[in-house]
Amino acid sequence: MKRTKAGLTAELIEEISREKGEPKWMLEQRLRSLEAFRRLPMPRFGPDLSEVDFDEIFYYLRTVEPVTSWDELPEEIKRTFEELGLPEAERKALAGLGAQVDSEVVYRSILEEVRAQGVIFTPMEEAVRDYPELVREHFMRVIPPEDNKFAALHGAVWSGGTFVWVPEGVEVAIPLQAYFRMQTQGVGQFEHTLIVAEPGSSVHYIEGCSAPRYSKVALHSGMVEIVAKEGAHVRFTTIQNWSRNVYNLNNKRAVAYAGATVDWVSGSLGSKVTMLYPSTVLAGKGARTENLSFSFARDGQWLDLGAKAIHLAPDTSSRLISRSVVKGKAKNVFRGKLFVAPEARGAKGHVECSTLLLSPEAETETIPTLDVRNHDVEVGHEATVGRISREQLFYLMSRGLEEAEAMSLIVNGFVSPILKEIPFEYAIELKRLLEMSFTEAIG
Amino acid sequence: MAILEVRDLIVSVEGNRILNGVSFALEKGRVHALMGPNGSGKSTLAFALAGHPDYTVEGGQILLESEDITRLPAYERARRGLFLGFQYPPEVEGVKLREFLRLAAANCHAPFCEFQKLYLESLTYFRMEELGERELNVGFSGGEKKRSELLQMRVLRPKVALLDEPDSGVDVDALRLIAAGIEEAARLGSAVLLITHYPRILEHLPLSRIFVLDEGKIVKEGGPELAWEIERRGYEAVRG
Repeated sequence: MKRTKAGLTAELIEEISREKGEPKWMLEQRLRSLEAFRRLPMPRFGPDLSEVDFDEIFYYLRTVEPVTSWDELPEEIKRTFEELGLPEAERKALAGLGAQVDSEVVYRSILEEVRAQGVIFTPMEEAVRDYPELVREHFMRVIPPEDNKFAALHGAVWSGGTFVWVPEGVEVAIPLQAYFRMQTQGVGQFEHTLIVAEPGSSVHYIEGCSAPRYSKVALHSGMVEIVAKEGAHVRFTTIQNWSRNVYNLNNKRAVAYAGATVDWVSGSLGSKVTMLYPSTVLAGKGARTENLSFSFARDGQWLDLGAKAIHLAPDTSSRLISRSVVKGKAKNVFRGKLFVAPEARGAKGHVECSTLLLSPEAETETIPTLDVRNHDVEVGHEATVGRISREQLFYLMSRGLEEAEAMSLIVNGFVSPILKEIPFEYAIELKRLLEMSFTEAIG
Repeated sequence: MAILEVRDLIVSVEGNRILNGVSFALEKGRVHALMGPNGSGKSTLAFALAGHPDYTVEGGQILLESEDITRLPAYERARRGLFLGFQYPPEVEGVKLREFLRLAAANCHAPFCEFQKLYLESLTYFRMEELGERELNVGFSGGEKKRSELLQMRVLRPKVALLDEPDSGVDVDALRLIAAGIEEAARLGSAVLLITHYPRILEHLPLSRIFVLDEGKIVKEGGPELAWEIERRGYEAVRG
């Protein structure tokens, strides 16, 4: 087990880089990021992050040596992945699967026919080594380290994650998946995902996350960068179920060139605090993005979510849709942001957020920002906040449904516009999680 | 033999007493009607029998097949075969009628394959084919909501069906379908209590007994002819 000391120093960065056998440019990139991290302020909005102590976190931890079959994994990890249904999903529904424990990818597979199409699906470190030009051209170009403090932190200490490259015109018919597991107390996870879809290609990438619960605060600060070239289609689905000691502070951004489509689907269930605002820069004519978010905040959680569409070119369109459920003393925030540049004539944008409050102490806030710099546009915004009515609840209960069952049915119905966009196996799993959370609370 | 027996039921809502000792009994395979002026407590009685938590039972008993269900939660009563057809069924977005009813049927111990068959057959029966995959009551017209309630009753096959004004605001064709559904339920053994203002629907039904509720009490009980008497002479005259 390889583990660095807690705390963030240039020596640590050099050690991580040495450990990974990185080229000089990457080390320089890391050091540049560290410098930006020291200079940049903490976010001036959103949840309280004072509990996150950058000197207490273990930034790099190799818990398990990489393997090529599930059976070679240590028993505990293997059992965890089996409980999560990963080997089964791999057999049934995936074109490729990567699984990361703490800082490193420990398992990876890809279907032979997908590999034969020329698709690259590989741990980020291997990509840095094996495809230096391809990686260097895009790595932290969509989100530079100077963008914000956590982008900078990520740039300094990133480890693990996935590189996906889809050749021109290739359609990957079934999804690729990555699974992130924070296994060890006090560890931070900083995986980097870079997806480059060449013109006319398409790919669906799914990531799932979980961790056992520890008393100590844990930090997850991943980054996802997507480059969708002309006419490409990338769909990125995240189901996040971190344990309630995790601060989940991510950066996710895509650039969509002419005629390209980028869809973000995000399900946020776990973590103590989440800050997540997947963004798409619509850089070419006719580029489109759809951003579907659903969240379920429960006692003690603050889920600070959002979506951004930056319209820089004519005839671009965006739909930002959110469904949030808040239960107990928890808070949900949705920041929907549309920026339309003067050049983006004929742009269309729509922001819609609905929240369902299940308890009197539940809090919600909707913060739309529409910054439109030309007149030839169609933009709209809708927000609703509601509660489950006693009539609805009694109606369902008078048909034989217990309270928990009735609540979860209503909540499932409320989030169904998003759930139906999620691959079947995951939608089932989410429904199960929602149902469980009601029976726990009431039963 | 009575399948549902209500004894001296006293019910209040937010501290106001609405029912002041209601007693009556329903028999298996029979259609009964509950009539009464506006505000007499008919819907309160229906909600209280079904176990709505806002309707506090302050006295009396509800017996279903001789078992005391007065303190049972709504879902337990439903599982024992009590059904309430709502006067104003709420809309539940994102929940499909089929999905909801499948869950309800499973809770009321109906096997899945039987459910599928009965559901499709009942859609046809109530001419609701185009509503079969729709969300529960969402965007349904008044008449469609009423038919949807009857459809749910038909699929769940309750022992006792309380139907709160299934005939109000529906056109003649829908009224025939609804009456047929009620007649069939009784023929298959359900005890039906029909809350209504209009004798029109009663014409289509093999009615056994009429109860008249006023000011929270049953003030009159009689055979089918009572409905026409009310229609002709009004409640005032009937209660004597």
